[in-house]
Amino acid sequence: MLAAAKMIHSLFLVNASGDIFLEKHWKSVVSRSVCDYFFEALERATEPENVPPVIPTPHHFLINVLRHRIYFVAVIQSEVPPLFVIEFLHRVVDTFQDYFGVCSEAAIKDNVVVVYELLEEMLDNGFPLATESNILKELIKPPTILRTVVNTITGSTNVGEQLPTGQLSVVPWRRTGVKYTNNEAYFDVVEEIDAIIDKSGSTITAEIQGVIDACVKLTGMPDLTLSFMNPRLLDDVSFHPCVRFKRWEAERILSFIPPDGNFRLLSYHVSSQNLVAIPVYVKHNISFREGSSQGRFELTLGPKQTMGKAVESVLVSSQLPRGVLNANLSPSQGTYTFDPVTKLLSWDVGKINPQKLPSLKGSVSLQTGASKPDENPTINIQFKIQQLAISGLKVNRLDMYGEKYKPFKGIKYMTKAGKFQVRT
Amino acid sequence: FLFYIFRHDDLKEMLDSNKDSLKLEAMKRIVAMIARGKNASDLFPAVVKNVACKNIEVKKLVYVYLVRYAEEQQDLALLSISTFQRGLKDPNQLIRASALRVLSSIRVTIIVPIMMLAIKEAASDMSPYVRKTAAHAIPKLHSLDPEQKDQLIEVIEKLLADKTTLVAGSVVMAFEEVCPDRIDLIHKNYRKLCNLLIDVEEWGQVVIINMLTRYARTQFLNPNINESLLEENSEKAFYASDDEEEEDKKAEPATLAKRKPYVMDPDHRLLLRNTKPLLQSRNAAVVMAVAQLYFHLAPKAEVGIIAKALVRLMRSHSEVQYVVLQNVATMSIKRRGMFEPYLKSFYIRSTDPTQIKVLKLEVLTNLANETNISTILREFQTYIKSMDKDFVAASIQAIGRCATNIGEVRDTCLNGLVQLLSNRDELVVAESVVVIKKLLQMQPEQHSDIIKHMAKLIDNIQVPMARASILWLIGEYCEHVPKIAPDVLRKMAKSFTNEEDIVKLQIINLAAKLYLTNSKQSKLLTQYVLNLAKYDQNYDIRDRARFIRQLIVPTDKSGALSKYAKKLFLALKPAPVLESPFKDRDHFQLGSLSHLLNAKAAGYQELPNWPESAPDPSVRNVEVKDSIPDWSKCSSRKDRKEKKVEKPFYSDSEGESGPTESADSGNFLISLFHRMSHVLLHHSHSEQSSSAEDRKRGRKAVKNQKSASESESESESSESEEESEEESEEESESDTNVRKKRTPVLKQPPKQSKKESKKETQEMSLLDLDDYEPAPASASVTPVNFLSSSLVSDLEGLSLTDTILAPTTLAPSGSIKMYELLHRIKGEGLAVEYCFSRQPFSPEPNMVAVQIQFTNNTNSETKNLHIEDPRLQSGMRIREFAEIDVLAAGESVTVVMGIDFCDSTQAANFQLCTHTRKFFVSIQPPVGELMTPAFLTENDFKKEQGERTSALSRFNTHSCPSDCSFSSKHLSFFSFYVAVSL
Repeated sequence: MLAAAKMIHSLFLVNASGDIFLEKHWKSVVSRSVCDYFFEALERATEPENVPPVIPTPHHFLINVLRHRIYFVAVIQSEVPPLFVIEFLHRVVDTFQDYFGVCSEAAIKDNVVVVYELLEEMLDNGFPLATESNILKELIKPPTILRTVVNTITGSTNVGEQLPTGQLSVVPWRRTGVKYTNNEAYFDVVEEIDAIIDKSGSTITAEIQGVIDACVKLTGMPDLTLSFMNPRLLDDVSFHPCVRFKRWEAERILSFIPPDGNFRLLSYHVSSQNLVAIPVYVKHNISFREGSSQGRFELTLGPKQTMGKAVESVLVSSQLPRGVLNANLSPSQGTYTFDPVTKLLSWDVGKINPQKLPSLKGSVSLQTGASKPDENPTINIQFKIQQLAISGLKVNRLDMYGEKYKPFKGIKYMTKAGKFQVRT
Repeated sequence: FLFYIFRHDDLKEMLDSNKDSLKLEAMKRIVAMIARGKNASDLFPAVVKNVACKNIEVKKLVYVYLVRYAEEQQDLALLSISTFQRGLKDPNQLIRASALRVLSSIRVTIIVPIMMLAIKEAASDMSPYVRKTAAHAIPKLHSLDPEQKDQLIEVIEKLLADKTTLVAGSVVMAFEEVCPDRIDLIHKNYRKLCNLLIDVEEWGQVVIINMLTRYARTQFLNPNINESLLEENSEKAFYASDDEEEEDKKAEPATLAKRKPYVMDPDHRLLLRNTKPLLQSRNAAVVMAVAQLYFHLAPKAEVGIIAKALVRLMRSHSEVQYVVLQNVATMSIKRRGMFEPYLKSFYIRSTDPTQIKVLKLEVLTNLANETNISTILREFQTYIKSMDKDFVAASIQAIGRCATNIGEVRDTCLNGLVQLLSNRDELVVAESVVVIKKLLQMQPEQHSDIIKHMAKLIDNIQVPMARASILWLIGEYCEHVPKIAPDVLRKMAKSFTNEEDIVKLQIINLAAKLYLTNSKQSKLLTQYVLNLAKYDQNYDIRDRARFIRQLIVPTDKSGALSKYAKKLFLALKPAPVLESPFKDRDHFQLGSLSHLLNAKAAGYQELPNWPESAPDPSVRNVEVKDSIPDWSKCSSRKDRKEKKVEKPFYSDSEGESGPTESADSGNFLISLFHRMSHVLLHHSHSEQSSSAEDRKRGRKAVKNQKSASESESESESSESEEESEEESEEESESDTNVRKKRTPVLKQPPKQSKKESKKETQEMSLLDLDDYEPAPASASVTPVNFLSSSLVSDLEGLSLTDTILAPTTLAPSGSIKMYELLHRIKGEGLAVEYCFSRQPFSPEPNMVAVQIQFTNNTNSETKNLHIEDPRLQSGMRIREFAEIDVLAAGESVTVVMGIDFCDSTQAANFQLCTHTRKFFVSIQPPVGELMTPAFLTENDFKKEQGERTSALSRFNTHSCPSDCSFSSKHLSFFSFYVAVSL
């Protein structure tokens, strides 16, 4: 029997127009013609995100993810858990984003050598080796404008002179010898509301998903504990590997040696037993009449349960039926656009003023002679509420052990709309 | 083309220059070419020259190039090999690892032997990072040359025994790739893997969990075997298709017969317990791996916990959602109850990609039951209004499935679908027709009006599948619509030539059925249709026409069959069963690629069926672990130990105490202290005559050790702290405590020996323990018989200031420690170890016998092994061993040499020479090994012993003994005297 080579064989990066702009092989080279199967699937798919994540071909399997309008296509030769590959590809994208600020075709092309060095370290023979951002940054320094200038003048390199001792550590997520003059630890509690609201305005389903993102810049090896006033709210949690699970199980306290820099400490789900406060409501009247080439379109937004906080950065978007030719609307505030090709209506509302509710009114014109569309558009809403965790979650205190200095601590709360849809 | 040649010349020039910056620039451009898929192979000679470049980035880029092109330029690639071979012997572990990594990535068959050797060496490297790299190299070599399999399995077996978390994931990955069927290699490592799991890096966790799932399926019993069959049946009442139920019935007597109280193997429980926290991992692949493990292995009542975690994953990227939903779809058929509380999480948003929508629909359909069907149908109604037509079609099918599965709502669904028949979108109508057709088959009598309604649709609807469905319906139930049917046939005969093939076939069917039931009205029409079909382009249609004509139209020649034509055509047809495409997909291991594709992918390992009876569970017993309970029984610290075994998210004992320290060492250390305290307690208790004070002291000592072990296992302080603690404790002990504490212990042996004079080995080893604490740091722990070698090496690891574990090999007896004289990396393949054999050196009684073992790890013979140029302190003498002429590759040889250390602990330095090389080496004796043989009669011995014991206090002040050893038949006392005189 021929030895089955497992895990990731090769990686191709494909841009939105279907060009392969980067390839990397961890084993024998696989011809890029294997991507033809991917292109076929791409053509069949009506939308870019409808390409099946796993595409079987006669000799290989293609597993792809789409992010930032780039397809990351991994070539697999034999059985491997698909999520293993998908999760890894997303980790690659996260790393690129971390290194270059954005993960775009241009950024990847500009930094192709760093990209190659990163990919080389992240996989050995197709099996993940170093995926922890702290370890990678010790090995390969992220490019900065200053360093690029210095490097061109002095001829020095991006490759760390140090050896990656982090790989040998029991806390692989943290670099050793971290030093800061200002020691700070910031935590952002960000909650997103996923909801489906039906025609009449009642909630069909609503749930809160939250994350705690941290930016920790502390000297040495600090050991932090973070406790909550109401930890019972957290129904289902997933941790950064640094969090001590037993401690959470026993005391509902987050105890951890933090990675250096930005990281996601915790994601949580607020139990669906709790009623979710819905901060905005939408009044809508969208109607098409049989025989008429005009349809009526009216939207009004208003604040609902906002705990006295302002609802900001409101953005409404809606996919109008295919029969709609154009929209002639007037917003009471903000601006709206309608793309006649994609039929996407979007209205940048801004802040909701409870005294003067924002509205968008007018008419939409339909194709003449076409029958009235029998489907109704759904309305997607985005918004932000600063200084509020809609679930009511509150951090009690943050303590640091293991180091002598007094760090500066900060906690910020924010609520956002996740997948927030209103059916009409 | 010319431009390219020019460019390449340019690059070659840059690579040949002396400046690193130019080389770097050239390499960067070359790598960019490779990244774009451009051919840069003609630069190979110029690039490979720079393999030994000092600049790290240049070097790394050269490696990238080399790994990419070595396969194509095998001969030139060989030029680089020596650089890596040198790298393999570098004192820095990271350089060794990187050399091995690149060396093993070069796919050049000619270097297979070199790779094999390098892997073997690296597998016993002192650095776990290098060992990890060795594990990674195994699959590379295996795919390059599958014939190395047997040798590689040996290496895998060795690495599987490794106790570091760093190695575990990588070696299991190698195992899965090279020898996934060698389950027997896992037995001894099973518990260790379970315990280490939480601290392994996330990718390794996935591989280990998947492998352990398969393992558990071969070793344990099905936990659901005795679950109430009644319950099971009611559970799947709706979904159980007939054959499934039959299967159950068949299985029932068998299971009933076997029914006996099921007891879960503790190892099975261990796996479930240790994987559960990983459901909280941020890595979706880990969560999925645990979920499938629970699905395949856990008792039914416990499987539910995975639902929450899987639902959480649905918040992730759409690709993750896609895979998770596929698996949820399969699970929800078998274990519907599990996901019911999360029904709303599967509601569909208009922004979901179509493939996600369809999968969610699948799950919703699977979850539908009498109680929630009304909510689900209301949800489905909104879906039908969606703009995404593929999704609408899937929704209609979902409604159809709900209607067939849940009798109560069948009529509601049917009415809803009939309303859809007037939908503007033809696709919606067509899909509805197809679904209605299936539903009507269940109870056609009651629905002749619907059939009439559908007959009218034939004028407008163009979708072939829908037209075919309507025609089939009318044909099948023509007796319910006797007036309409011939009219439809008339219309169809008109448009016959323009229809699609499936429609034509159904027209022929309709004609035949009408001919049989209503030949008066349709005889001519049928003839006409059959004539048209006779000249159709499609041979299927021509064929069908001929066949039907023969069957239904009575002629003189027509055979016996035409009598039965009516029975043939109008037989009662069974209603179709609308089944989930995910039914029975769980025979594939969930989370696997094969499951996703519903087809076996290359390299897929079947998930074995549960065994009828469990194989012997004792195969998983490991000696060390076995002995712990025995020893700890009398200890109050037992529970503490157990707590340790059940490790927290990351084992707290690790702290920063050094990366190479095995995660288990804490345990081992504690177990050692168990033993020690036990020994001490044992002695002080059995010593009936000893004073209460003595006893107190004994306990105090135990307490001391307890605190030491506590600090070691729990403290997150750095190792240096630990060490100093340990040391200081040792010091203080040696100053006061220990001396006193020893008194009762040491008094005892004579008595005991009288009582149980011939008590053998185990007792002896107990006593041996008191050897613990000789002065030299490197040998602070003298191994004792009953400790396994792994325990010993763990302890050594702890006592070293360096974070690197010294590789230890124990003499087979275990009681004599081997010291390393020459590491095989330094010795270029020649490894030399020595031990003090504790036997008289016959040629010179003043000398200490040193047993030296040479091992040749190279591929060639080593010749003329001898000693040269000894540099010794004044008075010291050396008696060389006879020259070894030839040491064949892979062989070992043992010789004995004598050294007179002059009772000092000064090292003896000399050169070890082979025919090619000389190595400077030195032997430094630990104090306890300096001994002169003396012959005593038993009486003399006892006398001497008594004196020594009573004069113990005097001995305490001695700094170093001169001749402190006795040779005696009473070996059991021997060790005591060593201890005493220290």
